[in-house]
Amino acid sequence: MDKTLPDLAAAVAGIDDGMTVMIGGFGGSGAPIELIHALIDRFLATGHPKNLVVVNNNAGNGHVGLAALIEAGMVARLICSFPRSADPVVFTERYLAGQIELELVPQGTLAERIRAGGAGIPAFYTPTSVGTNLAKGKPVEVFEGRSYVQERWLKADVALIKAHLGDRLGNLTYRMAARNFNPLMCMAATTTIVQVSQIVDPGGIDPEAVITPGIFVQGVVEVPHPQQEEDLNRAKAVYPEAAA
Amino acid sequence: MTDKLSPTQMAWRAAQDIADGAYVNLGIGFPEMVAKFQPPGREAIFHTENGILGFGEAPAAGSEDWDLINAGKKAVTIKPGTAFFHHADSFAMVRGGHLDVAILGAYEVAETGDLANWSTGPRGVPAVGGAMDLVHGAKTVAVITDHVTKDGKPKLVQRCSLPLTGEGCVTRVYSSLAVIDIVDGHFVLREKLASLSVADLQALTGAALRLEGPVADLDVPAL
Repeated sequence: MDKTLPDLAAAVAGIDDGMTVMIGGFGGSGAPIELIHALIDRFLATGHPKNLVVVNNNAGNGHVGLAALIEAGMVARLICSFPRSADPVVFTERYLAGQIELELVPQGTLAERIRAGGAGIPAFYTPTSVGTNLAKGKPVEVFEGRSYVQERWLKADVALIKAHLGDRLGNLTYRMAARNFNPLMCMAATTTIVQVSQIVDPGGIDPEAVITPGIFVQGVVEVPHPQQEEDLNRAKAVYPEAAA
Repeated sequence: MTDKLSPTQMAWRAAQDIADGAYVNLGIGFPEMVAKFQPPGREAIFHTENGILGFGEAPAAGSEDWDLINAGKKAVTIKPGTAFFHHADSFAMVRGGHLDVAILGAYEVAETGDLANWSTGPRGVPAVGGAMDLVHGAKTVAVITDHVTKDGKPKLVQRCSLPLTGEGCVTRVYSSLAVIDIVDGHFVLREKLASLSVADLQALTGAALRLEGPVADLDVPAL
Protein backbone atom coordinates (compact mmCIF):
# COMPACT_ATOMS: atom_id res chain seq x y z
CA MET A 1 0.00 0.00 0.00
CA ASP A 2 1.36 3.41 -0.96
CA LYS A 3 -0.89 6.47 -0.75
CA THR A 4 1.84 8.98 -1.48
CA LEU A 5 1.35 11.23 -4.49
CA PRO A 6 4.17 12.60 -6.66
CA ASP A 7 3.15 16.26 -6.61
CA LEU A 8 0.41 18.79 -5.91
CA ALA A 9 -0.96 18.67 -9.48
CA ALA A 10 -1.55 14.93 -9.15
CA ALA A 11 -3.11 15.48 -5.74
CA VAL A 12 -5.90 17.72 -7.09
CA ALA A 13 -6.36 16.03 -10.48
CA GLY A 14 -9.52 14.12 -9.52
CA ILE A 15 -11.65 17.06 -8.38
CA ASP A 16 -14.55 17.63 -10.81
CA ASP A 17 -17.09 20.38 -11.44
CA GLY A 18 -19.87 20.62 -8.86
CA MET A 19 -18.14 18.51 -6.21
CA THR A 20 -18.44 19.21 -2.50
CA VAL A 21 -14.96 19.94 -1.17
CA MET A 22 -14.15 20.19 2.54
CA ILE A 23 -11.12 22.36 3.23
CA GLY A 24 -9.45 22.05 6.63
CA GLY A 25 -8.34 24.90 8.83
CA PHE A 26 -9.59 27.54 11.23
CA GLY A 27 -8.69 30.85 9.66
CA GLY A 28 -5.15 30.28 8.42
CA SER A 29 -4.15 27.68 10.98
CA GLY A 30 -4.34 24.24 9.41
CA ALA A 31 -5.33 25.63 6.01
CA PRO A 32 -3.83 23.61 3.10
CA ILE A 33 -2.68 26.65 1.14
CA GLU A 34 -0.55 24.72 -1.37
CA LEU A 35 -3.35 22.26 -2.23
CA ILE A 36 -5.81 25.13 -2.71
CA HIS A 37 -3.36 26.98 -4.94
CA ALA A 38 -2.76 23.83 -6.98
CA LEU A 39 -6.51 23.57 -7.52
CA ILE A 40 -6.57 27.19 -8.73
CA ASP A 41 -3.66 26.44 -11.09
CA ARG A 42 -5.67 23.58 -12.59
CA PHE A 43 -8.74 25.78 -13.04
CA LEU A 44 -6.68 28.48 -14.75
CA ALA A 45 -5.17 25.91 -17.12
CA THR A 46 -8.30 23.85 -17.90
CA GLY A 47 -11.41 25.78 -16.75
CA HIS A 48 -12.11 23.03 -14.19
CA PRO A 49 -13.19 22.41 -11.52
CA LYS A 50 -15.90 25.03 -11.12
CA ASN A 51 -19.27 25.33 -9.32
CA LEU A 52 -17.73 23.81 -6.21
CA VAL A 53 -19.53 23.56 -2.88
CA VAL A 54 -16.90 24.36 -0.25
CA VAL A 55 -17.09 23.51 3.46
CA ASN A 56 -14.77 25.51 5.72
CA ASN A 57 -15.13 27.31 9.04
CA ASN A 58 -14.49 30.66 7.38
CA ALA A 59 -14.69 32.36 3.99
CA GLY A 60 -11.10 33.28 3.35
CA ASN A 61 -8.87 36.18 4.29
CA GLY A 62 -7.09 38.51 1.87
CA HIS A 63 -6.34 37.18 -1.61
CA VAL A 64 -4.70 33.80 -0.96
CA GLY A 65 -5.93 30.31 -0.09
CA LEU A 66 -9.72 29.98 0.17
CA ALA A 67 -10.21 33.67 -0.65
CA ALA A 68 -8.25 33.16 -3.88
CA LEU A 69 -10.35 30.08 -4.73
CA ILE A 70 -13.49 32.22 -4.36
CA GLU A 71 -11.87 35.12 -6.22
CA ALA A 72 -11.09 32.80 -9.15
CA GLY A 73 -14.84 32.17 -9.44
CA MET A 74 -14.65 28.44 -8.66
CA VAL A 75 -17.03 28.37 -5.69
CA ALA A 76 -20.84 28.40 -6.13
CA ARG A 77 -21.77 27.73 -2.52
CA LEU A 78 -20.05 27.98 0.83
CA ILE A 79 -21.01 26.17 4.03
CA CYS A 80 -19.32 27.88 6.99
CA SER A 81 -19.79 29.35 10.47
CA PHE A 82 -17.95 32.66 10.30
CA PRO A 83 -17.53 34.36 6.90
CA ARG A 84 -15.64 37.28 8.38
CA SER A 85 -11.92 37.87 8.75
CA ALA A 86 -9.40 40.69 8.90
CA ASP A 87 -9.86 41.15 5.14
CA PRO A 88 -13.06 39.41 3.96
CA VAL A 89 -13.51 41.59 0.85
CA VAL A 90 -13.47 38.74 -1.70
CA PHE A 91 -16.32 36.77 -0.16
CA THR A 92 -18.25 39.85 0.96
CA GLU A 93 -18.40 41.40 -2.52
CA ARG A 94 -19.52 38.17 -4.17
CA TYR A 95 -22.08 37.40 -1.49
CA LEU A 96 -23.65 40.86 -1.58
CA ALA A 97 -23.72 40.67 -5.42
CA GLY A 98 -25.58 37.35 -5.23
CA GLN A 99 -22.73 35.46 -6.91
CA ILE A 100 -22.15 32.95 -4.14
CA GLU A 101 -24.58 31.11 -1.86
CA LEU A 102 -23.98 30.90 1.88
CA GLU A 103 -25.20 28.25 4.33
CA LEU A 104 -24.42 29.58 7.80
CA VAL A 105 -23.92 26.87 10.45
CA PRO A 106 -22.99 27.33 14.12
CA GLN A 107 -19.39 26.27 14.58
CA GLY A 108 -19.99 23.34 16.91
CA THR A 109 -22.86 22.12 14.76
CA LEU A 110 -20.63 22.33 11.69
CA ALA A 111 -17.98 20.24 13.43
CA GLU A 112 -20.50 17.65 14.63
CA ARG A 113 -22.24 17.44 11.22
CA ILE A 114 -18.88 16.65 9.65
CA ARG A 115 -18.03 14.14 12.37
CA ALA A 116 -21.47 12.52 11.93
CA GLY A 117 -20.90 12.33 8.17
CA GLY A 118 -17.67 10.46 8.75
CA ALA A 119 -19.16 8.24 11.44
CA GLY A 120 -22.25 7.08 9.49
CA ILE A 121 -24.74 8.97 11.70
CA PRO A 122 -27.33 10.63 9.42
CA ALA A 123 -28.75 13.02 12.02
CA PHE A 124 -28.36 14.08 15.63
CA TYR A 125 -29.96 16.49 18.12
CA THR A 126 -28.20 19.50 19.62
CA PRO A 127 -29.25 22.33 21.96
CA THR A 128 -27.37 24.77 19.74
CA SER A 129 -29.61 27.23 17.84
CA VAL A 130 -32.88 26.22 19.56
CA GLY A 131 -35.25 29.18 19.31
CA THR A 132 -33.07 31.08 16.84
CA ASN A 133 -33.31 31.93 13.14
CA LEU A 134 -30.80 29.17 12.33
CA ALA A 135 -33.20 26.48 13.60
CA LYS A 136 -36.06 27.51 11.31
CA GLY A 137 -37.59 24.58 9.42
CA LYS A 138 -35.65 21.96 11.41
CA PRO A 139 -37.35 19.33 13.59
CA VAL A 140 -37.22 20.08 17.32
CA GLU A 141 -37.67 17.39 19.94
CA VAL A 142 -37.75 17.43 23.74
CA PHE A 143 -35.42 15.13 25.67
CA GLU A 144 -35.48 15.13 29.49
CA GLY A 145 -37.46 18.37 29.48
CA ARG A 146 -35.18 20.33 27.16
CA SER A 147 -35.57 21.19 23.45
CA TYR A 148 -33.04 20.06 20.86
CA VAL A 149 -32.75 20.75 17.11
CA GLN A 150 -32.22 17.97 14.61
CA GLU A 151 -29.16 18.48 12.42
CA ARG A 152 -28.04 16.31 9.51
CA TRP A 153 -24.68 14.85 8.65
CA LEU A 154 -22.39 16.57 6.20
CA LYS A 155 -20.30 14.59 3.73
CA ALA A 156 -18.01 15.55 0.87
CA ASP A 157 -16.60 14.18 -2.34
CA VAL A 158 -13.13 15.44 -1.49
CA ALA A 159 -11.35 16.80 1.59
CA LEU A 160 -8.22 18.94 1.26
CA ILE A 161 -6.28 18.62 4.49
CA LYS A 162 -3.12 20.00 6.08
CA ALA A 163 -1.26 17.75 8.51
CA HIS A 164 2.26 17.68 9.92
CA LEU A 165 3.69 14.16 9.57
CA GLY A 166 2.28 11.44 7.34
CA ASP A 167 3.34 7.99 6.20
CA ARG A 168 2.57 6.02 3.03
CA LEU A 169 -0.36 4.35 4.82
CA GLY A 170 -2.00 7.72 5.48
CA ASN A 171 -1.43 7.91 9.23
CA LEU A 172 -1.26 11.57 10.28
CA THR A 173 -0.22 13.92 13.05
CA TYR A 174 -1.05 17.60 13.24
CA ARG A 175 0.78 20.60 14.59
CA MET A 176 -0.75 22.35 17.63
CA ALA A 177 -4.06 24.15 16.96
CA ALA A 178 -3.74 23.48 13.23
CA ARG A 179 -5.60 20.25 14.01
CA ASN A 180 -9.09 21.91 14.32
CA PHE A 181 -11.46 20.61 11.59
CA ASN A 182 -8.83 18.54 9.76
CA PRO A 183 -9.27 15.12 11.44
CA LEU A 184 -13.07 15.40 11.13
CA MET A 185 -12.95 16.25 7.44
CA CYS A 186 -10.57 13.33 6.79
CA MET A 187 -13.40 11.05 7.97
CA ALA A 188 -16.24 12.71 6.05
CA ALA A 189 -14.95 12.72 2.45
CA THR A 190 -14.95 9.97 -0.15
CA THR A 191 -11.44 11.02 -1.17
CA THR A 192 -9.19 12.68 1.41
CA ILE A 193 -6.06 14.36 0.07
CA VAL A 194 -3.49 15.51 2.62
CA GLN A 195 -0.49 17.78 2.37
CA VAL A 196 2.09 16.99 5.05
CA SER A 197 5.27 18.79 5.96
CA GLN A 198 7.14 15.50 5.94
CA ILE A 199 6.50 11.93 4.80
CA VAL A 200 8.06 9.43 7.18
CA ASP A 201 8.44 5.67 6.94
CA PRO A 202 5.72 3.54 8.56
CA GLY A 203 6.71 3.41 12.23
CA GLY A 204 8.11 6.91 12.02
CA ILE A 205 4.96 8.06 13.81
CA ASP A 206 4.54 6.52 17.27
CA PRO A 207 1.25 4.55 17.13
CA GLU A 208 0.24 6.31 20.36
CA ALA A 209 0.63 9.65 18.61
CA VAL A 210 -1.40 8.96 15.45
CA ILE A 211 -4.32 11.41 15.35
CA THR A 212 -5.85 10.37 12.02
CA PRO A 213 -5.47 6.66 11.25
CA GLY A 214 -4.68 5.95 7.60
CA ILE A 215 -8.04 4.31 6.87
CA PHE A 216 -9.51 7.82 6.54
CA VAL A 217 -6.89 8.98 4.00
CA GLN A 218 -6.58 8.31 0.27
CA GLY A 219 -3.66 10.50 -0.79
CA VAL A 220 -0.60 12.09 0.84
CA VAL A 221 1.65 14.68 -0.78
CA GLU A 222 4.74 16.17 0.82
CA VAL A 223 4.94 19.98 1.06
CA PRO A 224 7.98 20.90 3.17
CA HIS A 225 7.80 24.30 4.92
CA PRO A 226 4.15 25.05 4.06
CA GLN A 227 3.06 28.66 3.76
CA GLN A 228 0.97 30.31 6.49
CA GLU A 229 -2.01 32.37 5.35
CA GLU A 230 -1.27 34.95 8.05
CA ASP A 231 2.31 35.46 6.78
CA LEU A 232 1.10 35.74 3.18
CA ASN A 233 -1.50 38.32 4.17
CA ARG A 234 0.98 40.35 6.17
CA ALA A 235 3.13 40.43 3.00
CA LYS A 236 -0.02 41.46 1.05
CA ALA A 237 0.36 38.43 -1.19
CA VAL A 238 -2.13 37.74 -3.99
CA TYR A 239 -2.65 34.36 -5.68
CA PRO A 240 -2.05 33.92 -8.54
CA GLU A 241 0.61 36.61 -8.55
CA ALA A 242 -0.28 37.75 -12.07
CA ALA A 243 -3.59 39.01 -10.70
CA ALA A 244 -1.81 41.55 -8.50
CA MET B 1 -24.51 60.50 35.81
CA THR B 2 -21.39 59.49 33.89
CA ASP B 3 -19.88 57.19 36.46
CA LYS B 4 -19.49 53.69 35.01
CA LEU B 5 -17.03 50.84 34.78
CA SER B 6 -14.71 50.49 31.78
CA PRO B 7 -14.62 47.18 29.89
CA THR B 8 -11.34 46.44 31.69
CA GLN B 9 -13.01 46.98 35.05
CA MET B 10 -15.98 44.78 34.08
CA ALA B 11 -13.49 42.07 33.11
CA TRP B 12 -11.75 42.46 36.49
CA ARG B 13 -15.07 42.07 38.31
CA ALA B 14 -15.99 38.96 36.31
CA ALA B 15 -12.58 37.44 37.04
CA GLN B 16 -13.18 37.66 40.83
CA ASP B 17 -15.96 35.05 40.53
CA ILE B 18 -13.90 32.42 38.71
CA ALA B 19 -13.10 29.69 41.18
CA ASP B 20 -9.85 27.81 41.53
CA GLY B 21 -9.90 24.83 39.17
CA ALA B 22 -12.59 26.25 36.87
CA TYR B 23 -12.66 25.54 33.13
CA VAL B 24 -13.49 28.79 31.36
CA ASN B 25 -14.23 29.94 27.82
CA LEU B 26 -13.82 33.64 27.15
CA GLY B 27 -15.58 35.08 24.10
CA ILE B 28 -13.79 37.16 21.49
CA GLY B 29 -13.24 40.81 22.42
CA PHE B 30 -13.64 42.34 25.89
CA PRO B 31 -14.22 39.00 27.66
CA GLU B 32 -10.69 37.92 26.67
CA MET B 33 -9.36 40.43 29.23
CA VAL B 34 -10.82 38.38 32.10
CA ALA B 35 -7.80 36.06 31.91
CA LYS B 36 -5.48 38.90 32.95
CA PHE B 37 -7.25 39.43 36.26
CA GLN B 38 -7.24 35.97 37.81
CA PRO B 39 -6.94 36.47 41.58
CA PRO B 40 -3.61 35.20 42.97
CA GLY B 41 -3.63 31.63 44.20
CA ARG B 42 -6.38 30.48 41.85
CA GLU B 43 -5.71 28.40 38.77
CA ALA B 44 -8.35 28.51 36.02
CA ILE B 45 -7.91 26.62 32.75
CA PHE B 46 -8.94 28.57 29.66
CA HIS B 47 -10.57 26.85 26.68
CA THR B 48 -10.56 28.17 23.14
CA GLU B 49 -12.99 26.55 20.74
CA ASN B 50 -10.41 26.04 17.99
CA GLY B 51 -8.86 23.30 20.08
CA ILE B 52 -6.68 24.36 23.03
CA LEU B 53 -7.11 23.96 26.78
CA GLY B 54 -4.73 25.79 29.07
CA PHE B 55 -3.08 28.16 26.62
CA GLY B 56 -0.72 30.90 27.73
CA GLU B 57 -0.40 34.60 27.07
CA ALA B 58 0.21 36.28 23.73
CA PRO B 59 3.79 35.90 22.44
CA ALA B 60 6.08 38.85 21.79
CA ALA B 61 5.57 40.49 18.39
CA GLY B 62 7.65 38.68 15.81
CA SER B 63 7.66 35.34 17.63
CA GLU B 64 4.11 34.29 16.71
CA ASP B 65 3.47 30.74 15.52
CA TRP B 66 0.35 30.87 13.33
CA ASP B 67 -0.50 27.24 14.09
CA LEU B 68 -1.04 28.43 17.66
CA ILE B 69 -3.95 30.87 17.74
CA ASN B 70 -7.12 31.45 19.74
CA ALA B 71 -10.71 31.73 18.54
CA GLY B 72 -10.14 35.41 17.75
CA LYS B 73 -7.27 34.24 15.50
CA LYS B 74 -4.73 35.98 17.71
CA ALA B 75 -1.44 34.25 18.49
CA VAL B 76 -1.19 32.56 21.89
CA THR B 77 1.44 30.33 23.55
CA ILE B 78 1.57 26.93 25.19
CA LYS B 79 2.57 26.34 28.80
CA PRO B 80 3.02 23.23 30.96
CA GLY B 81 -0.28 21.35 30.87
CA THR B 82 -1.59 22.64 27.54
CA ALA B 83 -3.73 20.18 25.55
CA PHE B 84 -4.72 20.19 21.87
CA PHE B 85 -7.82 18.53 20.39
CA HIS B 86 -10.01 18.65 17.30
CA HIS B 87 -13.17 20.69 16.80
CA ALA B 88 -15.69 17.95 17.62
CA ASP B 89 -14.00 17.30 20.98
CA SER B 90 -13.79 21.03 21.57
CA PHE B 91 -17.55 21.50 21.19
CA ALA B 92 -18.22 18.34 23.19
CA MET B 93 -16.52 20.22 26.04
CA VAL B 94 -18.86 23.17 25.36
CA ARG B 95 -22.24 21.48 24.89
CA GLY B 96 -21.52 18.49 27.08
CA GLY B 97 -21.61 20.45 30.33
CA HIS B 98 -17.86 20.26 30.97
CA LEU B 99 -17.12 23.99 31.11
CA ASP B 100 -17.76 25.79 34.37
CA VAL B 101 -17.96 29.30 32.97
CA ALA B 102 -18.50 30.96 29.60
CA ILE B 103 -18.20 34.75 29.44
CA LEU B 104 -19.57 36.50 26.37
CA GLY B 105 -20.42 39.93 25.01
CA ALA B 106 -24.00 41.03 24.33
CA TYR B 107 -26.15 43.34 22.26
CA GLU B 108 -29.18 42.58 24.44
CA VAL B 109 -29.97 40.34 27.41
CA ALA B 110 -33.58 39.62 28.38
CA GLU B 111 -34.88 38.94 31.89
CA THR B 112 -35.70 35.44 30.63
CA GLY B 113 -31.98 34.83 30.06
CA ASP B 114 -32.34 35.13 26.29
CA LEU B 115 -29.20 36.51 24.65
CA ALA B 116 -28.74 38.42 21.40
CA ASN B 117 -25.06 38.83 20.53
CA TRP B 118 -24.51 37.58 16.96
CA SER B 119 -26.58 39.62 14.51
CA THR B 120 -27.77 43.21 14.36
CA GLY B 121 -30.27 42.41 11.61
CA PRO B 122 -30.58 41.20 8.04
CA ARG B 123 -28.06 43.55 6.39
CA GLY B 124 -24.54 42.59 5.42
CA VAL B 125 -22.92 39.18 5.73
CA PRO B 126 -24.28 37.02 8.59
CA ALA B 127 -21.68 35.31 10.80
CA VAL B 128 -22.32 33.21 13.91
CA GLY B 129 -19.09 31.35 14.71
CA GLY B 130 -19.29 29.53 18.04
CA ALA B 131 -21.68 31.95 19.78
CA MET B 132 -24.77 29.72 19.56
CA ASP B 133 -22.85 26.72 20.89
CA LEU B 134 -21.13 28.56 23.74
CA VAL B 135 -24.40 29.65 25.35
CA HIS B 136 -25.33 26.02 26.00
CA GLY B 137 -23.59 23.72 28.40
CA ALA B 138 -21.48 25.88 30.70
CA LYS B 139 -22.72 25.91 34.29
CA THR B 140 -22.43 29.71 34.39
CA VAL B 141 -23.08 31.66 31.20
CA ALA B 142 -22.14 35.23 32.02
CA VAL B 143 -22.25 38.38 29.95
CA ILE B 144 -20.02 41.45 30.10
CA THR B 145 -21.80 44.48 28.68
CA ASP B 146 -22.36 48.20 28.96
CA HIS B 147 -25.60 48.71 30.85
CA VAL B 148 -27.00 50.89 28.05
CA THR B 149 -26.27 51.40 24.35
CA LYS B 150 -24.28 54.34 22.99
CA ASP B 151 -27.67 56.06 22.52
CA GLY B 152 -28.57 55.45 26.16
CA LYS B 153 -31.13 52.69 25.52
CA PRO B 154 -31.26 49.75 27.94
CA LYS B 155 -29.40 46.59 26.89
CA LEU B 156 -31.07 44.65 29.69
CA VAL B 157 -34.63 44.24 28.45
CA GLN B 158 -37.85 42.28 28.87
CA ARG B 159 -37.57 40.65 25.43
CA CYS B 160 -34.72 40.87 22.93
CA SER B 161 -35.53 42.76 19.72
CA LEU B 162 -32.47 41.45 17.84
CA PRO B 163 -32.03 37.88 16.50
CA LEU B 164 -31.41 35.49 19.40
CA THR B 165 -28.19 33.61 20.04
CA GLY B 166 -29.94 31.40 22.56
CA GLU B 167 -33.03 31.16 24.76
CA GLY B 168 -32.89 31.22 28.54
CA CYS B 169 -29.13 30.77 28.63
CA VAL B 170 -27.60 33.72 30.53
CA THR B 171 -27.22 33.29 34.28
CA ARG B 172 -25.27 36.43 35.28
CA VAL B 173 -24.62 39.90 33.85
CA TYR B 174 -21.57 42.04 34.66
CA SER B 175 -22.65 45.43 33.38
CA SER B 176 -20.90 48.79 33.51
CA LEU B 177 -23.18 49.72 36.45
CA ALA B 178 -24.19 46.52 38.26
CA VAL B 179 -23.93 42.78 38.78
CA ILE B 180 -27.25 41.12 38.09
CA ASP B 181 -28.28 37.46 38.27
CA ILE B 182 -31.04 35.97 36.17
CA VAL B 183 -33.23 33.78 38.36
CA ASP B 184 -36.52 32.20 37.23
CA GLY B 185 -37.08 34.76 34.47
CA HIS B 186 -36.20 37.87 36.50
CA PHE B 187 -33.27 40.24 36.92
CA VAL B 188 -32.05 40.05 40.53
CA LEU B 189 -29.77 42.92 41.57
CA ARG B 190 -26.69 41.77 43.50
CA GLU B 191 -24.27 44.73 43.27
CA LYS B 192 -24.43 48.29 41.97
CA LEU B 193 -22.13 51.29 41.85
CA ALA B 194 -22.36 53.15 45.17
CA SER B 195 -22.98 56.42 43.29
CA LEU B 196 -26.27 55.07 41.89
CA SER B 197 -29.55 54.60 43.71
CA VAL B 198 -31.65 51.54 42.94
CA ALA B 199 -34.15 53.93 41.32
CA ASP B 200 -31.39 55.41 39.09
CA LEU B 201 -30.39 51.92 37.98
CA GLN B 202 -34.00 50.85 37.40
CA ALA B 203 -34.49 53.87 35.12
CA LEU B 204 -31.62 52.60 32.93
CA THR B 205 -32.89 49.01 32.85
CA GLY B 206 -35.58 47.75 30.47
CA ALA B 207 -37.15 45.26 32.88
CA ALA B 208 -37.87 45.11 36.60
CA LEU B 209 -34.92 44.67 38.95
CA ARG B 210 -35.77 42.44 41.89
CA LEU B 211 -34.12 42.82 45.27
CA GLU B 212 -33.49 39.59 47.14
CA GLY B 213 -31.43 40.41 50.17
CA PRO B 214 -28.79 43.10 50.45
CA VAL B 215 -27.31 44.83 47.40
CA ALA B 216 -23.55 45.22 47.72
CA ASP B 217 -21.46 48.07 46.36
CA LEU B 218 -19.83 47.25 43.03
CA ASP B 219 -16.33 48.16 44.09
CA VAL B 220 -13.65 47.84 41.39
CA PRO B 221 -10.08 49.23 41.40
CA ALA B 222 -9.20 52.04 39.00
CA LEU B 223 -6.98 49.77 36.81
